[in-house]
Amino acid sequence: MIAPMRGVIGIGMALLAGLLFGAGLSVSRMIDPAVVLAFLDVAAIPGGNWDGSLALVMAAAVGVTLAGYRLVLRRATPLFAPAFQVPTTRIIDGRLIGGALLFGLGWGLVGYCPGPALAGIGLGALKTWVFVGAMTAGMLLYRLVTERRGTGGAPVALSRK
Amino acid sequence: MREMDALSALAGGALIGAAAVLLMLSLGRIAGIAGITGGLIGAGSGDAGWRLAFIAGLIAGPFLPALFGVPMPSVHVDASIPVVVVAGILVGFGVRLGSGCTSGHGVCGLARLSPRSLAATLVFMATAMAVVFAIRHVIGG
Repeated sequence: MIAPMRGVIGIGMALLAGLLFGAGLSVSRMIDPAVVLAFLDVAAIPGGNWDGSLALVMAAAVGVTLAGYRLVLRRATPLFAPAFQVPTTRIIDGRLIGGALLFGLGWGLVGYCPGPALAGIGLGALKTWVFVGAMTAGMLLYRLVTERRGTGGAPVALSRK
Repeated sequence: MREMDALSALAGGALIGAAAVLLMLSLGRIAGIAGITGGLIGAGSGDAGWRLAFIAGLIAGPFLPALFGVPMPSVHVDASIPVVVVAGILVGFGVRLGSGCTSGHGVCGLARLSPRSLAATLVFMATAMAVVFAIRHVIGG
């Protein structure tokens, strides 16, 4: 296949993957931060008011992805790109844990993680737009801090087999 | 949790998994929202096309189920605007520092049996649960 054609089809596939992802967030109700917070409220478990939906969403998503990746990663290359780009780093360091801590703090405050926040911007809630704006600012801030320290760029080694 | 909600959760999760598998099969990429969007910010890596296409799909995607008669979920953000701003900055900075979010570590990373992703997922889950507990049952209670 000629290269420009591959590029166009690849972009179409990314669009399709985004559509499926957004549909999944909507169907599973994870697009609503109140549902996510209801899951995170583990103190509600003894009273029987706990909403365990998020655990089922994760279980189904991980199950399908685990099975699918096993099949896909047997290939030498992806269909419309030259190589698989999968992280190979196995080091659990302060950046990983510190980043997860900061993310968890923000996630618990509002109930939004990046996927549902972005997927929700078409639904018209002002606070969703504010969150996405602030999240973008946080990513920019990270970029500025790491560039100043000269540690910017890809945080993990990627295999390009 | 109602039975209907459990089925919706499983079906929605399966769709998210299908999206992750499709992105790996077609472009060899991890379907991590933090990584896909973060790669657009100041990177200049020349691969913005597929990232923007994925995000466009992500924004349009929630409207798809309505075409098949599935009701649109409503969005409830109870936190005040200042809290939303602080939380947004923490999430944006944190997912870049920690190289992933709920999708990159929690779905794709766990599916790859990555110890890094398992550690990150346990930390952000536990932290978020502690924050919700503090807000609802310590400060609010």
